[in-house]
Amino acid sequence: MIAELGLALLWMAAALACLSLVAATLFLRGGSKDLAALVRPASVAQGVLTTAAFGLLIALFVRSDMSVELVARNSNSLKPMIFKVAGTWGNHEGSMLLWLMILSLSGGLIAIFERRLREDTLVATLAAQAALSLGFFAFLLFSSNPFKRLPVAPPDGQGLNPLLQDIGLAFHPPTLYVGYVGLSVAFSFAVGALITREIGPAFARAMRPWVLGSWIFLTLGITAGSYWAYYELGWGGWWFWDPVENVSLIPWLAGAALLHSVAVTATRNALRAWTVMLAVIGFSMSMVGTFIVRSGLLTSVHSFAVDPERGTFLLALMAIYIGGALTLFALRAGSVAEGKKFALLSREGSLVINNLLLTTILALVLLGTLYPIVAEAMGEKISVGPPYYNKVAGPLALILCLVMVAGPLLSWRKDDGKRLWSRLPLAIFAGAAVLFALILFGGKVGILPLLGMTVAGIVAVASLAPLWGRNLRRTPLPTWGMVVAHFGVAVCLAGMGAESAFIKERLVAAAPGDVVKVGDFSVKFVGVKPIAGPNYTAIEGTLVATTSSGSSFTMRPEARTFPGLMGTAPTETNEAALLTRPGGQLYAVLGQPVTGDDGRADRYQIRLWWKPLVWWIWLGGGLIALGAALSLLGRAQLLTIWRARRARKAEERFA
Amino acid sequence: MSLRLILLCLFGALALPLAAQDRLPPAPYAYQQLKDPAQEARAKALMEELRCLVCQGQSIADSDAPLAGDMRHEVRSKIAAGESPAEIKTWLVARYGNWVSYDPPFDTATAFLWLGPLFFLALGGWLAFGRFRRGEGDAEDAP
Repeated sequence: MIAELGLALLWMAAALACLSLVAATLFLRGGSKDLAALVRPASVAQGVLTTAAFGLLIALFVRSDMSVELVARNSNSLKPMIFKVAGTWGNHEGSMLLWLMILSLSGGLIAIFERRLREDTLVATLAAQAALSLGFFAFLLFSSNPFKRLPVAPPDGQGLNPLLQDIGLAFHPPTLYVGYVGLSVAFSFAVGALITREIGPAFARAMRPWVLGSWIFLTLGITAGSYWAYYELGWGGWWFWDPVENVSLIPWLAGAALLHSVAVTATRNALRAWTVMLAVIGFSMSMVGTFIVRSGLLTSVHSFAVDPERGTFLLALMAIYIGGALTLFALRAGSVAEGKKFALLSREGSLVINNLLLTTILALVLLGTLYPIVAEAMGEKISVGPPYYNKVAGPLALILCLVMVAGPLLSWRKDDGKRLWSRLPLAIFAGAAVLFALILFGGKVGILPLLGMTVAGIVAVASLAPLWGRNLRRTPLPTWGMVVAHFGVAVCLAGMGAESAFIKERLVAAAPGDVVKVGDFSVKFVGVKPIAGPNYTAIEGTLVATTSSGSSFTMRPEARTFPGLMGTAPTETNEAALLTRPGGQLYAVLGQPVTGDDGRADRYQIRLWWKPLVWWIWLGGGLIALGAALSLLGRAQLLTIWRARRARKAEERFA
Repeated sequence: MSLRLILLCLFGALALPLAAQDRLPPAPYAYQQLKDPAQEARAKALMEELRCLVCQGQSIADSDAPLAGDMRHEVRSKIAAGESPAEIKTWLVARYGNWVSYDPPFDTATAFLWLGPLFFLALGGWLAFGRFRRGEGDAEDAP
């Protein structure tokens, strides 16, 4: 019954989306006000119903109802509960329902909370959101039904990919999806504002909290995903420039550009058309990413051709939405004035350069991601990976950081070079100190890490400059947010630079009792013992790491084997052991047994890395998200909205 | 020349029967570093640029796949034998095509890949400079 109820809720939600769209269209074409009054409640109800459907899908996974195809293919009754729940979105259909739920919830939240926009703009915005969700409802119901029953229920399910059986999966995709799909709100605001021609500071101020909100989730999702890959894949890499990572980075870049340009529109009523354009680009990039990941294009152009139904459907949706929004933009762009002009050396000027660099990086990441796919379709197999992005995006990112040093110190409209220069000496001194220290004591350091750490030094000091000489308690929250986020960029950059420049690697075949030196540590391999987990068996190694000052720590890496379920092959994974120290992390992996010349397997492959400051990368990511959250608290004016509502209610009571 | 031919045949024999090779013990240098740190650093830098042909989006430097292990062994042995990273890469590209290298060469097929970013930057810059006020003229609402 649960599966049928879930499907029925989805159909009802889709019908409500239809209702919102039709009512809003009629109202905007001059229909009565009653039609507009339908749109808000319909949007809220659609959000509630879709959320309930998603809840029912989780219930099916929790109860291990193997008569549902999705559960049978992706779950198993022996799996720990947390992974049964997380397994709901660890597959195509479930993740598309999660995507749709967030899309519908966003619509509902706009309907409840947004009071600052003109009524017709709001109705147009909700209509755009309903139109978006309608397409994805069609996709889900016609080609990816998560509630599909099997004619005969198998005794048990095939289980979840063991790599995905990790606490990271419980949080990483939902976080990222909230961010991805949250950008749909900015997209709908842009479409709504284009339809009613209400583009100006009010529109920018209404949009800003939503952009900040989804960008926070994108930042957290990417940071968490990077850490997950770092400890789960067993080789200590934290960013691979893999297409799946790239498609999460692209909307993040668009969001970063958008929240800076929206500041210009909100404060100075300038860059209006550009802000609208970026709002359209942001969610378009989310859709492109979903298309690339979900259509099977990534494995190969040919796997797309084998099962083209889903890919074609998504491609059509994307063409309609992106094409439609861009057409609307082209029709209205002529009547949207760009707004006030300004000097190059001004806050706006620095933000324009920020946007120029961010969108160029966005374009090149997209180019690098799509290029191999297009080349393969044309008969040329090439790979685009870290060396390309380091060479092309690396320098641009460093220049962007230098612009970030100057931007916050400039005043709006027009500034003077001498004044800027007088505020920089301490930051430049910090950068020079880092650079000299690295050249004198750092040994052989690559050019990109060297410049990265130098720029990190400059940014770290300069990012705090907007607070100098201010009363810290009276400094507005958004200013604090900017300072914390920019400082986070410096922390992140320093971590990346230090990790790539000073990493120490030791790969050995060790017998129990052997001692391996890595970085500052002597690591003794004590031995191995077999252990059993809830749904796997493992060999657990015991390592004792001793620092030069004499303190020692025990590390227990595991090599796990997940049995093949229902006829699938067994899978082996490595659980790395991490030892976090103030100066970095020691990363240990237990590999395969090694057979010696005498035929006895008494040695094990051990991989050890000392990664200086590596955790700064994720600390920096966290700080960036925290900064955005502070800014959101300052901008959302939740208190103001709440007070206004209370006042209005009180007024109604006395009326 | 003959040594290279032998290695080529050896490597070919290792790389082709993938399924059979799965249960063989990994080649010595798959999980072992070179003694000389300078050689190991060169090998490591090259391995990070080479694609693991059977994985999704991983270099041979960070993959547990048997093929990646064999390629690591191949790279380390050749570096130890005194070959330069560029020679090894040329040899691998000749064998597997540009697909094996994460650092695509600059040729007609990749011209737009390498020049595209410059083009984007130039286009964006040209658009952006229209936004700036020239001189001291106080233009307010520009069209």
